Amino acid sequence: MRPAMHFVDVANKFSCEITVTHGDNSVDGKSIMQISMLAATQGTKLCIKAQGADADEAVRALRELIEVKLFHE
Amino acid sequence: MEIKKGIAASPGIAIAEAMILDCEDYRIPRRSIKPSQRMGEILRVRNAFKQAIGDLTELEAEQGKSDAGKIKDIFAVHLRFMRDRSLRKEITDRVYSQLVAAECAVSSVLRKLATHFTNVEDAYISERAADIYDIERRLLRHLLGHQREDVEHLSQEVVIVTRELSPTQTAGFDRNYIRGIATDAGGRTSHSAIVARSLAIPAVVALEDFSEAVRPGDTVIVDGNRGIVIVDPDEGTLEEYRKSLREFTVLEQKLDTLREKPAETRDGTRIVLLGNIEFPDESEMILQKGGDGIGLYRTEFLYLNRPTEPTEQEHYDAYAKTIQAFQARPVIIRTVDLGADKHTQSRRSLKEPNPFLGLRSIRYCLQHIRMFKVQLRAILRASALGHVKIMFPLVTNLQEIRQAKLILRDVMEDLDEESIAYDPRLEVGIMIETPAAALTAASLAQESSFFSIGTNDLIQYTLAVDRGNEHVSALYSAVEPAVIRLIRTIIQDAHRHGIDVSVCGEMASEPEYIMLLVGLGIRTLSMTPPMIPEIKQMIRSVTIEDCNIVARKVLGLATERQVNSFLRSTAREVIPEAI
Repeated sequence: MRPAMHFVDVANKFSCEITVTHGDNSVDGKSIMQISMLAATQGTKLCIKAQGADADEAVRALRELIEVKLFHE
Repeated sequence: MEIKKGIAASPGIAIAEAMILDCEDYRIPRRSIKPSQRMGEILRVRNAFKQAIGDLTELEAEQGKSDAGKIKDIFAVHLRFMRDRSLRKEITDRVYSQLVAAECAVSSVLRKLATHFTNVEDAYISERAADIYDIERRLLRHLLGHQREDVEHLSQEVVIVTRELSPTQTAGFDRNYIRGIATDAGGRTSHSAIVARSLAIPAVVALEDFSEAVRPGDTVIVDGNRGIVIVDPDEGTLEEYRKSLREFTVLEQKLDTLREKPAETRDGTRIVLLGNIEFPDESEMILQKGGDGIGLYRTEFLYLNRPTEPTEQEHYDAYAKTIQAFQARPVIIRTVDLGADKHTQSRRSLKEPNPFLGLRSIRYCLQHIRMFKVQLRAILRASALGHVKIMFPLVTNLQEIRQAKLILRDVMEDLDEESIAYDPRLEVGIMIETPAAALTAASLAQESSFFSIGTNDLIQYTLAVDRGNEHVSALYSAVEPAVIRLIRTIIQDAHRHGIDVSVCGEMASEPEYIMLLVGLGIRTLSMTPPMIPEIKQMIRSVTIEDCNIVARKVLGLATERQVNSFLRSTAREVIPEAI
């Protein structure tokens, strides 16, 4: 649950809408309930979409979190 | 405001906030709401989340001081869930569309989520279901108030609302805070009712689905005189009840002035008034209320609410203090009456198809002689300290008394050998609570020093009515002609053999039945301690001849209804304020 927590903490810093997709399921990237239900274990492919003013920044931050920080914990 | 009618089980009035006790932890009954209540329930959801966030923030901060990173993380995760708007929205949407109460929506949404986690194959993720249950519990705690585990640590006055109280639950009741009891099940003589009366807590039972209709924190009035409960009373009703509560206190104080006066009829016949107790600390109330001794000292409390059987010393300690406090006054100790609805820890899981016709009371003791001897030895040792009598419950034939007395003699011989003191002239009596014992009272009297009529079981076995079953409890009555005839037989046979006979069932606590019992020849009554002053007042207001006339008239009546209304109106003429 800790990775999900860090994910939503980062996502919630931005004002844009963030959608995370895994297979056919798309969920709200700011909701810990939905993110944790997505049941992403290590090595799963996630697609992150952001829409809004700070979208680019958000995607960059989340990408860095997932690819670099979370895997080193 | 909602008024609900049940059965008046213990007199008095209580006004306090409801505390709902759930038998199974947090199983939430589905409670529907009206469309107009939607906003209120949604607000309750939001408040619960807000309070839960408060708790968790505090808990997280406390952890910050120590170095428990893991635990801190758990609280941090829970906190994220509490702040998750989509979770809250799913719950409030459910309240809105399904028209269910806040706690139902919280429970079903979070349980669905937990199930989702449980079904994930990854072990780490499936274990997260535990976190979700924890989150659910925290929210429910705010929505439903404090639950069962907190009954023993109350800090404010409450009315207990529950389906049915178990003997184990009531053992831990703090009567300073529990002002009233309202239960869905039960009758006048169910366990909840007996406990309520002995603790002098107003109670109403047989309220059907009341516990599902009340919310924790709702103001509830328990009217144990009229047998009604009122939820969320309006200002007028509340004021009316506050007034009668004050009047009731005044009546009680008036009755307390009778304390030093004897329980004597107007023509000078002394009636002995004893008290029934379930726990040792109730014995004090008997003395306070001016009772003459203990007519029924129930000893089951020693076995309930604990993992092992009590030791001889534990038995002894429980009896010794009471016996010493009563000095020369009689203390009648009933040997353990386990079985049926009361079980020891080891037998709790054994199910009998028909427990009231099963292995209970003296039958149980005669099959568990080692355990029986432990209690007998403790009672005998304690008998050296005062005026003790032993009483065997639920005897059905002569053989049982002989067997029980044989075991008692065995224990006496052991004590003799060890030179341990006891009262060698200690009286041994029996309870008459089965039709079999009533009909053979003449022969049972040869082996007994006294009889005590246990009307509760005698009524249930005679009328074949389960006193705790609300569907038939209306058929349960002490004044069914069949019961009255059996009581008369018992009294006549006891008198013929020159042994004492008393009534220790609930019947002896009912002012309207006193004239009948005295008229039938009863001179000793044992009752729930708070009723002693009222019964004394009744006795002081009548003559033996009045009572004899009442008994003769009752024996000529054919139906329970006639008997009841006759006794009620007679009693009302004698002491109008108490009926």
